[in-house]
Amino acid sequence: MPPILQIQNLQKTYASGLSALADVNLEIARGEIFALLGPNGAGKSTLINIICGIVTPSGGTITVDGHDIARDYRQARATIGLVPQELTTDAFETVIKTVSFTRGLFGLRRDPAHIERVLRDLSLWEKRDSRMMQLSGGMKRRVLIAKALSHEPRLLFLDEPTAGVDVELRQDMWRLVRRLRDQGVTVILTTHYIEEAEEMADRIGVIRKGRIILVEEKAELMRKLGRKQLTLQLAEPLSALPPALIDRGLELGSEGRELVYTYDSQAERTGITRLLNDLTQAGLSFTDLQTRQSSLEDIFVGLMRERA
Amino acid sequence: MSRMNWPAVRAIYVFEMHRFLRTATQSILAPVISTSLYFVVFGAAIGARMNTVDGVPYGLFIVPGLMMLSLLTQSITNASFGIYFPRFAGTIYEILSAPISPVEVVLGYVGAAASKAIIIALIILATAALFVPLRVEHPFWMLAFLLLTAVTFSLFGFVIGLWADGFERLQMVPLLIITPLTFLGGSFYAIEMLPPFWQTVSLANPVVYLISGFRWSFFGRADIGIAASLGMTMLFLVLCLGAVTYIFRTGYRLKS
Repeated sequence: MPPILQIQNLQKTYASGLSALADVNLEIARGEIFALLGPNGAGKSTLINIICGIVTPSGGTITVDGHDIARDYRQARATIGLVPQELTTDAFETVIKTVSFTRGLFGLRRDPAHIERVLRDLSLWEKRDSRMMQLSGGMKRRVLIAKALSHEPRLLFLDEPTAGVDVELRQDMWRLVRRLRDQGVTVILTTHYIEEAEEMADRIGVIRKGRIILVEEKAELMRKLGRKQLTLQLAEPLSALPPALIDRGLELGSEGRELVYTYDSQAERTGITRLLNDLTQAGLSFTDLQTRQSSLEDIFVGLMRERA
Repeated sequence: MSRMNWPAVRAIYVFEMHRFLRTATQSILAPVISTSLYFVVFGAAIGARMNTVDGVPYGLFIVPGLMMLSLLTQSITNASFGIYFPRFAGTIYEILSAPISPVEVVLGYVGAAASKAIIIALIILATAALFVPLRVEHPFWMLAFLLLTAVTFSLFGFVIGLWADGFERLQMVPLLIITPLTFLGGSFYAIEMLPPFWQTVSLANPVVYLISGFRWSFFGRADIGIAASLGMTMLFLVLCLGAVTYIFRTGYRLKS
Protein backbone atom coordinates (compact mmCIF):
# COMPACT_ATOMS: atom_id res chain seq x y z
CA MET A 1 0.00 0.00 0.00
CA PRO A 2 1.27 3.49 -0.79
CA PRO A 3 1.83 5.84 2.16
CA ILE A 4 -1.23 7.87 3.04
CA LEU A 5 0.63 11.05 2.15
CA GLN A 6 3.74 11.57 0.11
CA ILE A 7 5.20 14.99 -0.64
CA GLN A 8 8.11 15.40 -3.01
CA ASN A 9 10.07 18.56 -3.76
CA LEU A 10 7.12 20.75 -2.92
CA GLN A 11 7.61 24.45 -3.51
CA LYS A 12 5.40 27.45 -3.15
CA THR A 13 6.19 31.00 -4.08
CA TYR A 14 3.31 33.44 -3.81
CA ALA A 15 2.61 36.03 -6.50
CA SER A 16 4.11 38.62 -4.15
CA GLY A 17 7.44 36.80 -4.47
CA LEU A 18 7.22 35.43 -0.95
CA SER A 19 8.67 31.94 -0.82
CA ALA A 20 6.44 30.06 1.61
CA LEU A 21 7.74 26.54 1.03
CA ALA A 22 11.09 25.42 -0.32
CA ASP A 23 11.71 21.85 -1.36
CA VAL A 24 9.53 20.09 1.18
CA ASN A 25 9.72 16.29 1.28
CA LEU A 26 7.60 14.35 3.69
CA GLU A 27 6.05 10.93 3.99
CA ILE A 28 3.27 10.09 6.42
CA ALA A 29 2.47 6.52 7.34
CA ARG A 30 -1.04 5.18 7.67
CA GLY A 31 -2.56 5.50 11.10
CA GLU A 32 0.04 7.73 12.69
CA ILE A 33 -0.45 11.01 14.48
CA PHE A 34 1.97 13.51 13.08
CA ALA A 35 2.54 16.92 14.61
CA LEU A 36 3.96 19.70 12.52
CA LEU A 37 5.58 22.27 14.74
CA GLY A 38 6.79 25.67 13.77
CA PRO A 39 6.54 29.35 14.60
CA ASN A 40 3.93 31.60 13.00
CA GLY A 41 4.56 32.15 9.31
CA ALA A 42 6.75 29.06 8.98
CA GLY A 43 4.55 27.59 6.24
CA LYS A 44 2.39 25.15 8.21
CA SER A 45 -0.93 26.38 6.89
CA THR A 46 0.40 26.84 3.37
CA LEU A 47 1.50 23.22 3.36
CA ILE A 48 -1.91 21.99 4.52
CA ASN A 49 -3.77 24.28 2.14
CA ILE A 50 -1.78 22.96 -0.80
CA ILE A 51 -2.46 19.34 0.11
CA CYS A 52 -6.17 20.11 0.45
CA GLY A 53 -6.46 21.96 -2.86
CA ILE A 54 -6.97 25.48 -1.52
CA VAL A 55 -3.59 26.84 -2.61
CA THR A 56 -1.87 25.95 -5.87
CA PRO A 57 1.70 24.64 -5.52
CA SER A 58 4.51 26.18 -7.59
CA GLY A 59 6.28 22.86 -8.01
CA GLY A 60 6.60 19.31 -6.76
CA THR A 61 4.19 16.42 -6.42
CA ILE A 62 1.84 15.26 -3.70
CA THR A 63 -0.01 11.98 -3.54
CA VAL A 64 -2.72 11.12 -1.05
CA ASP A 65 -3.28 7.41 -0.68
CA GLY A 66 -1.48 7.00 -4.00
CA HIS A 67 -3.64 9.59 -5.81
CA ASP A 68 -1.97 12.66 -7.29
CA ILE A 69 -3.68 15.73 -5.82
CA ALA A 70 -3.80 17.49 -9.19
CA ARG A 71 -4.56 14.67 -11.60
CA ASP A 72 -6.79 12.51 -9.37
CA TYR A 73 -8.08 15.36 -7.24
CA ARG A 74 -11.43 13.71 -6.63
CA GLN A 75 -10.01 10.57 -5.07
CA ALA A 76 -7.30 12.49 -3.23
CA ARG A 77 -9.66 15.08 -1.73
CA ALA A 78 -12.35 12.53 -0.87
CA THR A 79 -9.78 10.95 1.46
CA ILE A 80 -9.07 14.18 3.34
CA GLY A 81 -10.90 15.97 6.12
CA LEU A 82 -9.78 19.50 6.94
CA VAL A 83 -10.37 21.49 10.09
CA PRO A 84 -9.10 24.98 9.24
CA GLN A 85 -7.50 27.34 11.64
CA GLU A 86 -9.99 30.18 11.19
CA LEU A 87 -13.48 29.82 12.64
CA THR A 88 -15.28 30.34 9.35
CA THR A 89 -18.89 29.27 9.38
CA ASP A 90 -22.22 29.98 7.74
CA ALA A 91 -23.64 32.26 10.40
CA PHE A 92 -27.30 31.67 9.52
CA GLU A 93 -27.22 27.91 9.05
CA THR A 94 -28.06 25.39 11.74
CA VAL A 95 -25.43 22.99 13.02
CA ILE A 96 -26.97 19.88 11.52
CA LYS A 97 -27.56 21.49 8.13
CA THR A 98 -24.05 22.79 7.79
CA VAL A 99 -22.55 19.44 8.80
CA SER A 100 -24.78 17.54 6.38
CA PHE A 101 -23.87 20.06 3.65
CA THR A 102 -20.21 19.08 3.92
CA ARG A 103 -21.04 15.40 3.57
CA GLY A 104 -22.91 16.23 0.37
CA LEU A 105 -20.01 18.25 -1.00
CA PHE A 106 -17.82 15.20 -0.64
CA GLY A 107 -20.14 13.22 -2.85
CA LEU A 108 -21.64 10.98 -0.20
CA ARG A 109 -25.26 9.98 0.16
CA ARG A 110 -27.16 11.34 3.13
CA ASP A 111 -26.59 9.33 6.28
CA PRO A 112 -28.46 10.84 9.24
CA ALA A 113 -27.21 8.04 11.55
CA HIS A 114 -23.57 8.91 10.84
CA ILE A 115 -24.20 12.63 11.27
CA GLU A 116 -25.92 11.96 14.59
CA ARG A 117 -22.98 9.86 15.77
CA VAL A 118 -20.49 12.59 14.83
CA LEU A 119 -22.55 15.29 16.55
CA ARG A 120 -22.96 13.19 19.69
CA ASP A 121 -19.23 12.40 19.78
CA LEU A 122 -18.53 16.12 19.79
CA SER A 123 -21.28 16.97 22.31
CA LEU A 124 -23.12 18.92 19.62
CA TRP A 125 -26.30 16.88 19.40
CA GLU A 126 -28.23 19.14 21.80
CA LYS A 127 -27.18 22.13 19.70
CA ARG A 128 -28.05 20.62 16.33
CA ASP A 129 -30.82 23.11 15.58
CA SER A 130 -28.92 26.17 16.82
CA ARG A 131 -27.70 28.62 14.26
CA MET A 132 -23.95 28.92 13.93
CA MET A 133 -23.96 32.56 15.03
CA GLN A 134 -25.52 31.57 18.37
CA LEU A 135 -22.59 29.31 19.24
CA SER A 136 -19.52 30.11 21.31
CA GLY A 137 -16.06 29.95 19.75
CA GLY A 138 -15.39 26.54 21.27
CA MET A 139 -18.67 25.18 19.91
CA LYS A 140 -17.89 26.53 16.45
CA ARG A 141 -14.57 24.74 16.59
CA ARG A 142 -16.45 21.53 17.39
CA VAL A 143 -18.74 22.10 14.42
CA LEU A 144 -15.74 22.53 12.11
CA ILE A 145 -14.43 19.18 13.35
CA ALA A 146 -17.86 17.61 12.84
CA LYS A 147 -17.89 18.93 9.27
CA ALA A 148 -14.52 17.37 8.58
CA LEU A 149 -15.64 14.04 10.05
CA SER A 150 -19.00 14.09 8.27
CA HIS A 151 -17.53 12.46 5.19
CA GLU A 152 -15.51 9.80 6.99
CA PRO A 153 -12.01 10.91 5.97
CA ARG A 154 -9.02 8.64 6.31
CA LEU A 155 -6.58 11.52 6.59
CA LEU A 156 -7.54 14.32 8.94
CA PHE A 157 -5.83 17.71 9.10
CA LEU A 158 -6.20 19.74 12.26
CA ASP A 159 -4.74 23.18 11.65
CA GLU A 160 -4.07 24.69 15.08
CA PRO A 161 -6.99 22.77 16.60
CA THR A 162 -6.65 24.10 20.12
CA ALA A 163 -5.82 27.74 19.47
CA GLY A 164 -8.05 29.72 21.83
CA VAL A 165 -9.81 26.64 23.12
CA ASP A 166 -10.59 25.92 26.78
CA VAL A 167 -9.06 23.05 28.73
CA GLU A 168 -12.16 20.88 28.55
CA LEU A 169 -12.42 21.05 24.79
CA ARG A 170 -8.70 20.52 24.42
CA GLN A 171 -8.93 17.28 26.36
CA ASP A 172 -12.04 16.23 24.44
CA MET A 173 -10.14 16.85 21.26
CA TRP A 174 -7.18 14.78 22.36
CA ARG A 175 -9.52 11.92 23.25
CA LEU A 176 -11.20 12.24 19.89
CA VAL A 177 -7.91 12.17 18.00
CA ARG A 178 -6.87 8.99 19.79
CA ARG A 179 -10.21 7.38 19.04
CA LEU A 180 -9.85 8.31 15.37
CA ARG A 181 -6.39 6.82 15.30
CA ASP A 182 -7.81 3.63 16.79
CA GLN A 183 -10.24 3.57 13.87
CA GLY A 184 -7.32 3.79 11.45
CA VAL A 185 -7.55 7.49 10.62
CA THR A 186 -4.23 9.26 10.07
CA VAL A 187 -4.07 12.62 11.83
CA ILE A 188 -1.80 15.52 10.94
CA LEU A 189 -1.95 18.45 13.28
CA THR A 190 -0.15 21.73 13.29
CA THR A 191 0.40 23.50 16.49
CA HIS A 192 2.66 25.87 18.23
CA TYR A 193 1.66 24.44 21.58
CA ILE A 194 4.48 22.04 22.13
CA GLU A 195 2.70 20.25 24.96
CA GLU A 196 0.11 19.26 22.42
CA ALA A 197 2.63 17.58 20.18
CA GLU A 198 4.28 16.01 23.18
CA GLU A 199 0.94 14.69 24.42
CA MET A 200 -0.42 13.36 21.16
CA ALA A 201 2.05 12.79 18.39
CA ASP A 202 3.83 9.66 17.29
CA ARG A 203 6.15 11.64 15.09
CA ILE A 204 7.10 15.26 15.02
CA GLY A 205 8.18 17.44 12.16
CA VAL A 206 9.62 20.89 12.64
CA ILE A 207 9.15 23.47 9.91
CA ARG A 208 10.96 26.76 9.78
CA LYS A 209 11.00 29.38 7.04
CA GLY A 210 9.34 27.00 4.58
CA ARG A 211 11.74 24.13 5.17
CA ILE A 212 11.22 20.99 7.15
CA ILE A 213 14.30 20.93 9.32
CA LEU A 214 13.58 17.80 11.28
CA VAL A 215 11.30 14.77 11.24
CA GLU A 216 11.66 12.28 14.06
CA GLU A 217 9.76 9.78 16.18
CA LYS A 218 8.71 11.67 19.26
CA ALA A 219 10.24 9.16 21.66
CA GLU A 220 13.47 9.18 19.68
CA LEU A 221 13.52 12.95 19.60
CA MET A 222 12.97 13.18 23.31
CA ARG A 223 15.67 10.59 23.88
CA LYS A 224 18.18 12.15 21.55
CA LEU A 225 17.73 15.64 22.73
CA GLY A 226 16.14 14.94 26.06
CA ARG A 227 18.75 15.56 28.70
CA LYS A 228 18.10 15.44 32.37
CA GLN A 229 19.77 17.51 35.01
CA LEU A 230 20.31 16.78 38.66
CA THR A 231 21.01 19.79 40.82
CA LEU A 232 22.46 19.32 44.30
CA GLN A 233 22.43 22.13 46.85
CA LEU A 234 25.61 21.88 48.81
CA ALA A 235 25.73 22.42 52.56
CA GLU A 236 29.14 24.15 52.24
CA PRO A 237 30.06 26.11 49.11
CA LEU A 238 33.01 24.83 47.08
CA SER A 239 35.63 26.95 45.38
CA ALA A 240 36.56 24.18 42.93
CA LEU A 241 35.58 20.63 42.10
CA PRO A 242 37.45 17.99 44.13
CA PRO A 243 39.99 16.23 41.83
CA ALA A 244 38.06 12.92 42.03
CA LEU A 245 34.98 14.53 40.49
CA ILE A 246 36.56 16.25 37.50
CA ASP A 247 35.56 15.01 34.05
CA ARG A 248 32.36 13.47 35.30
CA GLY A 249 29.88 15.82 33.63
CA LEU A 250 29.66 17.97 36.72
CA GLU A 251 29.51 21.72 36.89
CA LEU A 252 29.71 24.02 39.79
CA GLY A 253 27.07 26.71 39.90
CA SER A 254 25.63 29.51 42.06
CA GLU A 255 29.03 30.59 43.35
CA GLY A 256 29.90 27.09 44.43
CA ARG A 257 26.63 26.38 46.22
CA GLU A 258 25.29 23.99 43.58
CA LEU A 259 26.54 20.96 41.73
CA VAL A 260 24.81 20.35 38.41
CA TYR A 261 25.00 16.89 36.88
CA THR A 262 23.77 16.42 33.30
CA TYR A 263 23.00 12.90 32.14
CA ASP A 264 20.98 10.90 29.65
CA SER A 265 17.83 9.75 31.41
CA GLN A 266 17.26 6.93 28.91
CA ALA A 267 20.75 5.47 29.30
CA GLU A 268 21.17 2.12 31.00
CA ARG A 269 23.50 3.60 33.57
CA THR A 270 22.84 7.14 34.53
CA GLY A 271 25.78 7.20 36.91
CA ILE A 272 23.74 8.69 39.69
CA THR A 273 24.45 6.02 42.30
CA ARG A 274 28.17 6.24 41.66
CA LEU A 275 28.08 9.99 41.76
CA LEU A 276 26.27 10.08 45.09
CA ASN A 277 28.72 7.54 46.53
CA ASP A 278 31.67 9.56 45.30
CA LEU A 279 30.20 12.73 46.78
CA THR A 280 29.88 11.05 50.17
CA GLN A 281 33.45 9.74 49.85
CA ALA A 282 34.65 13.24 49.05
CA GLY A 283 32.98 14.38 52.26
CA LEU A 284 30.45 16.63 50.55
CA SER A 285 26.99 16.89 52.07
CA PHE A 286 23.99 18.53 50.50
CA THR A 287 20.77 20.07 51.72
CA ASP A 288 18.46 19.51 48.79
CA LEU A 289 18.28 18.10 45.28
CA GLN A 290 16.10 18.54 42.18
CA THR A 291 15.95 16.84 38.80
CA ARG A 292 14.64 18.47 35.66
CA GLN A 293 13.89 16.92 32.28
CA SER A 294 14.12 19.07 29.20
CA SER A 295 10.71 19.22 27.53
CA LEU A 296 9.96 19.26 23.85
CA GLU A 297 9.66 22.99 24.28
CA ASP A 298 13.31 23.27 25.40
CA ILE A 299 14.28 21.11 22.47
CA PHE A 300 12.27 23.22 20.10
CA VAL A 301 13.61 26.50 21.39
CA GLY A 302 17.10 25.03 21.15
CA LEU A 303 16.52 23.97 17.56
CA MET A 304 15.21 27.36 16.53
CA ARG A 305 18.15 29.09 18.15
CA GLU A 306 20.63 26.70 16.58
CA ARG A 307 19.33 27.35 13.09
CA ALA A 308 18.74 31.05 13.44
CA MET B 1 -14.69 8.27 -9.57
CA SER B 2 -14.36 10.74 -12.40
CA ARG B 3 -18.11 10.63 -12.85
CA MET B 4 -20.17 13.62 -11.77
CA ASN B 5 -20.42 14.39 -8.07
CA TRP B 6 -24.19 14.88 -8.05
CA PRO B 7 -24.55 14.86 -4.26
CA ALA B 8 -22.32 17.95 -4.22
CA VAL B 9 -24.39 19.74 -6.86
CA ARG B 10 -27.48 18.90 -4.86
CA ALA B 11 -25.87 20.06 -1.59
CA ILE B 12 -24.96 23.46 -3.05
CA TYR B 13 -28.33 23.83 -4.76
CA VAL B 14 -30.29 22.96 -1.62
CA PHE B 15 -28.07 25.21 0.51
CA GLU B 16 -28.69 28.15 -1.81
CA MET B 17 -32.42 27.54 -2.13
CA HIS B 18 -32.61 27.30 1.63
CA ARG B 19 -31.01 30.72 1.89
CA PHE B 20 -33.73 32.00 -0.45
CA LEU B 21 -36.52 30.43 1.60
CA ARG B 22 -35.08 31.77 4.84
CA THR B 23 -35.75 35.24 3.53
CA ALA B 24 -38.92 34.21 1.70
CA THR B 25 -40.94 37.13 2.93
CA GLN B 26 -38.70 39.73 1.40
CA SER B 27 -37.73 37.61 -1.61
CA ILE B 28 -41.35 37.11 -2.62
CA LEU B 29 -43.17 40.09 -1.19
CA ALA B 30 -40.77 42.64 -2.71
CA PRO B 31 -41.36 41.67 -6.36
CA VAL B 32 -45.12 41.39 -5.80
CA ILE B 33 -45.27 44.87 -4.31
CA SER B 34 -43.04 46.48 -6.91
CA THR B 35 -44.94 44.83 -9.77
CA SER B 36 -48.23 46.03 -8.33
CA LEU B 37 -46.79 49.55 -8.09
CA TYR B 38 -45.68 49.45 -11.73
CA PHE B 39 -49.17 48.42 -12.74
CA VAL B 40 -50.78 51.13 -10.67
CA VAL B 41 -48.43 53.81 -12.03
CA PHE B 42 -47.80 52.71 -15.61
CA GLY B 43 -50.77 50.50 -16.23
CA ALA B 44 -53.64 52.35 -14.65
CA ALA B 45 -52.48 55.97 -14.36
CA ILE B 46 -50.51 56.38 -17.58
CA GLY B 47 -51.74 53.39 -19.59
CA ALA B 48 -55.33 54.58 -19.34
CA ARG B 49 -54.35 57.70 -21.33
CA MET B 50 -52.38 55.72 -23.91
CA ASN B 51 -53.43 53.90 -26.99
CA THR B 52 -52.41 50.35 -27.61
CA VAL B 53 -48.78 49.64 -28.48
CA ASP B 54 -48.52 47.51 -31.56
CA GLY B 55 -52.10 46.43 -31.03
CA VAL B 56 -51.47 45.42 -27.43
CA PRO B 57 -53.06 47.35 -24.52
CA TYR B 58 -50.29 49.20 -22.66
CA GLY B 59 -50.91 47.44 -19.32
CA LEU B 60 -50.40 44.10 -21.00
CA PHE B 61 -47.54 45.36 -23.14
CA ILE B 62 -45.30 46.03 -20.12
CA VAL B 63 -45.68 42.54 -18.59
CA PRO B 64 -42.77 40.87 -20.43
CA GLY B 65 -40.52 43.88 -19.73
CA LEU B 66 -41.38 43.82 -16.04
CA MET B 67 -40.63 40.11 -15.85
CA MET B 68 -37.32 40.62 -17.67
CA LEU B 69 -36.35 43.48 -15.38
CA SER B 70 -36.73 41.25 -12.33
CA LEU B 71 -35.30 38.19 -14.03
CA LEU B 72 -32.06 40.02 -14.89
CA THR B 73 -31.54 41.72 -11.55
CA GLN B 74 -32.53 38.63 -9.54
CA SER B 75 -30.30 36.31 -11.55
CA ILE B 76 -27.32 38.58 -11.13
CA THR B 77 -27.78 39.44 -7.47
CA ASN B 78 -28.58 35.88 -6.41
CA ALA B 79 -25.64 34.32 -8.22
CA SER B 80 -23.14 37.03 -7.34
CA PHE B 81 -24.10 37.05 -3.68
CA GLY B 82 -24.21 33.25 -3.59
CA ILE B 83 -20.54 32.88 -4.50
CA TYR B 84 -19.29 36.16 -3.05
CA PHE B 85 -20.53 35.48 0.45
CA PRO B 86 -18.49 32.28 1.03
CA ARG B 87 -15.45 34.14 -0.29
CA PHE B 88 -16.16 37.00 2.09
CA ALA B 89 -16.90 34.75 5.09
CA GLY B 90 -14.07 32.33 4.32
CA THR B 91 -16.29 29.26 4.00
CA ILE B 92 -15.13 28.96 0.38
CA TYR B 93 -12.36 26.70 1.74
CA GLU B 94 -14.92 23.92 1.85
CA ILE B 95 -15.81 24.24 -1.80
CA LEU B 96 -12.14 24.41 -2.81
CA SER B 97 -11.11 21.38 -0.78
CA ALA B 98 -14.07 19.19 -1.76
CA PRO B 99 -13.87 16.65 -4.59
CA ILE B 100 -15.89 18.90 -6.89
CA SER B 101 -15.22 19.96 -10.45
CA PRO B 102 -15.80 23.55 -11.57
CA VAL B 103 -18.76 22.35 -13.64
CA GLU B 104 -20.44 21.02 -10.52
CA VAL B 105 -19.80 24.21 -8.56
CA VAL B 106 -21.33 26.27 -11.36
CA LEU B 107 -24.30 23.91 -11.73
CA GLY B 108 -25.06 24.22 -8.03
CA TYR B 109 -24.74 27.99 -7.67
CA VAL B 110 -25.99 29.06 -11.09
CA GLY B 111 -28.75 26.46 -11.05
CA ALA B 112 -30.04 27.77 -7.73
CA ALA B 113 -29.75 31.44 -8.75
CA ALA B 114 -31.57 30.80 -12.03
CA SER B 115 -34.29 28.82 -10.23
CA LYS B 116 -34.90 31.66 -7.80
CA ALA B 117 -35.01 34.22 -10.59
CA ILE B 118 -37.49 32.12 -12.58
CA ILE B 119 -39.70 31.60 -9.53
CA ILE B 120 -39.80 35.36 -8.97
CA ALA B 121 -40.51 36.05 -12.65
CA LEU B 122 -43.42 33.61 -12.49
CA ILE B 123 -44.69 35.29 -9.33
CA ILE B 124 -44.65 38.58 -11.24
CA LEU B 125 -46.55 36.94 -14.07
CA ALA B 126 -49.16 35.68 -11.61
CA THR B 127 -49.39 39.13 -10.01
CA ALA B 128 -49.80 40.68 -13.45
CA ALA B 129 -52.68 38.30 -14.15
CA LEU B 130 -54.58 40.03 -11.35
CA PHE B 131 -54.37 43.35 -13.23
CA VAL B 132 -54.60 42.50 -16.91
CA PRO B 133 -56.07 39.67 -18.99
CA LEU B 134 -52.92 37.71 -19.86
CA ARG B 135 -52.25 35.90 -23.06
CA VAL B 136 -49.16 33.96 -24.04
CA GLU B 137 -48.99 32.96 -27.68
CA HIS B 138 -45.87 30.79 -27.55
CA PRO B 139 -45.70 29.31 -24.02
CA PHE B 140 -42.83 27.00 -24.94
CA TRP B 141 -40.71 29.89 -26.20
CA MET B 142 -41.68 32.00 -23.25
CA LEU B 143 -40.31 29.35 -20.88
CA ALA B 144 -37.29 28.83 -23.14
CA PHE B 145 -36.41 32.55 -23.05
CA LEU B 146 -37.03 32.61 -19.33
CA LEU B 147 -34.66 29.72 -18.75
CA LEU B 148 -32.00 30.87 -21.18
CA THR B 149 -31.95 34.40 -19.83
CA ALA B 150 -31.95 33.27 -16.21
CA VAL B 151 -29.05 30.89 -16.80
CA THR B 152 -27.07 33.44 -18.82
CA PHE B 153 -27.42 36.22 -16.30
CA SER B 154 -26.85 33.92 -13.35
CA LEU B 155 -23.55 32.97 -15.00
CA PHE B 156 -22.86 36.67 -15.43
CA GLY B 157 -23.68 37.23 -11.76
CA PHE B 158 -21.40 34.35 -10.80
CA VAL B 159 -18.54 36.06 -12.64
CA ILE B 160 -19.30 39.31 -10.82
CA GLY B 161 -19.38 37.46 -7.50
CA LEU B 162 -15.91 36.10 -8.21
CA TRP B 163 -14.58 39.44 -9.41
CA ALA B 164 -16.03 41.61 -6.64
CA ASP B 165 -13.81 42.44 -3.71
CA GLY B 166 -16.44 44.26 -1.70
CA PHE B 167 -20.18 44.57 -1.30
CA GLU B 168 -20.19 47.90 -3.18
CA ARG B 169 -18.89 46.25 -6.33
CA LEU B 170 -21.45 43.53 -5.94
CA GLN B 171 -24.20 46.15 -6.06
CA MET B 172 -22.55 48.25 -8.71
CA VAL B 173 -23.18 46.16 -11.81
CA PRO B 174 -26.88 45.47 -11.30
CA LEU B 175 -27.51 49.03 -10.19
CA LEU B 176 -25.38 51.00 -12.64
CA ILE B 177 -25.51 48.78 -15.72
CA ILE B 178 -28.38 46.31 -15.72
CA THR B 179 -31.18 48.56 -14.45
CA PRO B 180 -30.43 51.38 -16.96
CA LEU B 181 -29.99 48.91 -19.81
CA THR B 182 -33.30 47.28 -18.96
CA PHE B 183 -35.17 50.57 -18.71
CA LEU B 184 -33.62 51.72 -21.98
CA GLY B 185 -34.07 48.27 -23.49
CA GLY B 186 -37.76 48.69 -24.18
CA SER B 187 -39.29 47.37 -20.96
CA PHE B 188 -41.91 50.07 -21.08
CA TYR B 189 -42.00 51.02 -24.76
CA ALA B 190 -41.49 49.62 -28.22
CA ILE B 191 -38.15 50.56 -29.79
CA GLU B 192 -39.96 51.91 -32.85
CA MET B 193 -41.51 54.61 -30.65
CA LEU B 194 -38.03 56.19 -30.43
CA PRO B 195 -36.52 58.67 -32.94
CA PRO B 196 -34.50 56.81 -35.65
CA PHE B 197 -31.12 57.79 -34.16
CA TRP B 198 -31.99 56.31 -30.75
CA GLN B 199 -33.41 53.23 -32.40
CA THR B 200 -29.95 52.58 -33.87
CA VAL B 201 -28.26 53.25 -30.53
CA SER B 202 -30.68 50.83 -28.87
CA LEU B 203 -29.47 48.02 -31.10
CA ALA B 204 -26.17 48.13 -29.17
CA ASN B 205 -28.05 47.33 -25.97
CA PRO B 206 -28.09 43.56 -25.48
CA VAL B 207 -31.14 43.74 -23.23
CA VAL B 208 -33.20 45.00 -26.20
CA TYR B 209 -32.86 41.59 -27.83
CA LEU B 210 -33.87 39.73 -24.69
CA ILE B 211 -36.98 41.82 -24.09
CA SER B 212 -37.96 41.80 -27.72
CA GLY B 213 -37.69 38.02 -27.97
CA PHE B 214 -39.54 37.55 -24.73
CA ARG B 215 -42.31 39.91 -25.82
CA TRP B 216 -42.62 38.00 -29.08
CA SER B 217 -43.36 34.82 -27.11
CA PHE B 218 -46.27 36.67 -25.48
CA PHE B 219 -47.79 38.61 -28.35
CA GLY B 220 -46.30 37.11 -31.49
CA ARG B 221 -44.77 40.43 -32.51
CA ALA B 222 -41.42 42.03 -31.73
CA ASP B 223 -39.07 44.95 -32.39
CA ILE B 224 -36.38 42.65 -33.64
CA GLY B 225 -36.46 39.35 -35.47
CA ILE B 226 -36.81 36.38 -33.19
CA ALA B 227 -33.71 34.74 -34.69
CA ALA B 228 -31.59 37.79 -33.84
CA SER B 229 -33.00 37.78 -30.30
CA LEU B 230 -32.22 34.14 -29.81
CA GLY B 231 -28.79 34.52 -31.38
CA MET B 232 -27.82 37.43 -29.14
CA THR B 233 -29.01 35.58 -26.03
CA MET B 234 -26.97 32.54 -27.01
CA LEU B 235 -23.94 34.70 -27.75
CA PHE B 236 -24.08 36.23 -24.30
CA LEU B 237 -24.49 32.78 -22.77
CA VAL B 238 -21.36 31.58 -24.56
CA LEU B 239 -19.41 34.68 -23.45
CA CYS B 240 -20.39 34.09 -19.83
CA LEU B 241 -19.52 30.39 -20.04
CA GLY B 242 -16.14 31.35 -21.48
CA ALA B 243 -15.49 33.80 -18.63
CA VAL B 244 -16.41 31.20 -16.01
CA THR B 245 -14.21 28.57 -17.65
CA TYR B 246 -11.29 31.01 -17.76
CA ILE B 247 -11.74 31.84 -14.08
CA PHE B 248 -11.67 28.22 -12.98
CA ARG B 249 -8.78 27.36 -15.23
CA THR B 250 -6.62 30.13 -13.80
CA GLY B 251 -7.96 30.00 -10.25
CA TYR B 252 -8.49 33.77 -10.52
CA ARG B 253 -9.65 35.20 -7.16
CA LEU B 254 -10.27 31.69 -5.88
CA LYS B 255 -6.80 30.34 -5.25
CA SER B 256 -3.49 31.93 -4.44
